[in-house]
Amino acid sequence: MPKLDLVGISKQYGKIEALDNVSLHINNKEYVCIIGPSGCGKSTLIKCIAGIIQPDQGQILIDDQPVNTLLIEDRKIGYVFQDIALFPHMTVRENLAYGLTVRGTKSGQIATVTNEMLDLISMRERSKSLPLELSGGAQQKVAVARAIATGSYLFLLDEPLGALDALVRAELRYELKRLASDLGLTIIHVTHDQEEALSIADRLVVMKRGRIVEIGKPADIYFSPKTLFAENFVGETNLLEGRVVEVGEGSTVVEIGGQRITVPDHGRKEGDRVVVSIRPESIALAPSTRLGPKMWSGKVDQVTFLGSITRYRVTIEDGVELVAHVPVTSEKEFDVGESVDLLVDQVKHMLLFDYPAEGLEREIALE
Amino acid sequence: MPEISFANVSKKFGSILALDRVSFDVEDGEYLCVLGPTGSGKSTLLRLIAGLLRPDHGSIYFGNKQVNNVDAQDRNAVYVPQQYALFPHLTVLENVAFGPLARDNAESVALEKARATLEMVRLSSRASAYPGELSGGMQQRVALARGLASGAGLLLLDEPLGALDARLRLDLRHKLRELVKQSGFTAIHVTHDRDEAMSVADHIMVLRNGRILDYGTPNRVYTRPTGIFVTNMIGGANFFEGVVESTSEKAAIVRISGGIMAHSPPELFTANEPTILAVRKEKVRISNSNPELDNVVSGEVREVRFLGSSREYLVRLTNGDVVVSRQFQEGPESAFKVGEKVFVGFEQIDITPFPYPPEGLRKELEVV
Repeated sequence: MPKLDLVGISKQYGKIEALDNVSLHINNKEYVCIIGPSGCGKSTLIKCIAGIIQPDQGQILIDDQPVNTLLIEDRKIGYVFQDIALFPHMTVRENLAYGLTVRGTKSGQIATVTNEMLDLISMRERSKSLPLELSGGAQQKVAVARAIATGSYLFLLDEPLGALDALVRAELRYELKRLASDLGLTIIHVTHDQEEALSIADRLVVMKRGRIVEIGKPADIYFSPKTLFAENFVGETNLLEGRVVEVGEGSTVVEIGGQRITVPDHGRKEGDRVVVSIRPESIALAPSTRLGPKMWSGKVDQVTFLGSITRYRVTIEDGVELVAHVPVTSEKEFDVGESVDLLVDQVKHMLLFDYPAEGLEREIALE
Repeated sequence: MPEISFANVSKKFGSILALDRVSFDVEDGEYLCVLGPTGSGKSTLLRLIAGLLRPDHGSIYFGNKQVNNVDAQDRNAVYVPQQYALFPHLTVLENVAFGPLARDNAESVALEKARATLEMVRLSSRASAYPGELSGGMQQRVALARGLASGAGLLLLDEPLGALDARLRLDLRHKLRELVKQSGFTAIHVTHDRDEAMSVADHIMVLRNGRILDYGTPNRVYTRPTGIFVTNMIGGANFFEGVVESTSEKAAIVRISGGIMAHSPPELFTANEPTILAVRKEKVRISNSNPELDNVVSGEVREVRFLGSSREYLVRLTNGDVVVSRQFQEGPESAFKVGEKVFVGFEQIDITPFPYPPEGLRKELEVV
């Protein structure tokens, strides 16, 4: 049963370090998503595992066996990528049978496996269709089933849903996940879509400029990432630069644009430059007449209805903008120009990061 | 005075009817998003406005002038196609300055305009690069900047953020609306991404199979969609198939499968009529104790889907149906676990009833 180890993988293209000492362990039957902005090396990494690209350094082990020198076809890896690569002149059934036929599997066995695959993707009634008679989503399902039919248990999916409509993507990702857990497959799925990754991965690998910056469970990376890059990359957030003015027990007072806020935190020193991150959904708005604790006062300068939530852009007193996502079910709505108080549940939803050595903009750059 | 009007416009490619008697108006300065699945006719619609295609039937007006036979270059419109075609031998800055120069602006004015526009799409640092040196996403932004700087009054955008990573797309869509509004453009933007459409548009048009299914503000289209397909396209929902048992002034009682009775708004209904009840996922409440709501059923959590800022709970009811409840503002731990017995419920007012589609629910929802 396939587990996978990458040990110190590096790959250079000219002067560009596409992969820089990447190590990763993936368990048998694990569903891992690799995310990162374009150019972060995620596709290069998956191509190294597949055997399409040879790394300059490092070892790739499948079930503890080094496979660096093995040819693509001998690595027993299923590979599905964005461009749907079905044979256009073959029916769905013939496409599914292709890999088995090439390997000289007996025809009775081919029929059995092919039928299983058709049932797996609920497409038995489309078995005689040609690829172009199917929707993009259905074609990609056939491509996945074709890869599964070859008997591999380790799968590399490179933006498998990238060419599909948003609506189809959102449904199909759960089908991929279901197939993987029903069949006990080990999956490495590369995507640029954070929501896709968060919703189906057992673990997320966040990459940036050829390196892995963080590995963890989706909820851990979303709620308590170690890096500012991951915090910004896996979801929208408000980033505020400030300076530590007071250190308490388990909390730190930060001054941001003349206002002081208290953030749960350890180990900071007075005078440290920091970045406070607050996700838009953690900010609540209240009429400015409200008494009691508040984080900031501000003025609404943009209101966008997004369906289940309303997006408010609020300018706080010193000219800094904050974005708040408020569920539409909440009792009060606000208009452009209205004065509001901003409330944040500090314990849950504020994170403090060291000001990045290379500057905030470079730290969170998406390309 | 509307800037653009379609009056019964149809367009065929061979035997395929790409647009079927389409009529609508776009006001001056409006931002319209055309939303629909692949093959719905949205790119065809844009190319007709651009003048790259001629309608087979019907009329297209700019103001009160019929433009069916006006060439693309005489339409004061700039078309930014999905396959952006930048000049490979010109720098990014020169590409963006091309439009203003072609309109006889002084070079300094054109370059200034180009620089300002590049700043807005966050590409100032790459002004002197050539297109071939940029990533696909950057090239797409250059194409967008070129459109924005062109000086045309009408901006036609075909999936302008389609080549970008999801995270960058999120950042840029609000920016894009601001740019369009600040520059006073009328914009028509084609996309298959409903979040993008909701974020940028004054009005959303939903297309399917060459026909307009809905046209309205994002708020109206989301809260009072005209049909089942539109409901699904704009945010999704739970769809319950049922038959009307009885109606009164206050409510219609609808029997959904497994003998569950739902209290629905009374409009539309007569007894024994088959129907579909749509309930948005975020309107479905989930709890451990029986909540005081018009409609409550019990079930078991089958699956929890973590989406970052929200979670979706898939709850299987005793009748086998699955109801999805979307919850915001939960912390790192999900409030309910797989296997847990829960109640799900929603208010009568949160149901949107639809007539049963002639070809069945599945067919109605199909995205081809």
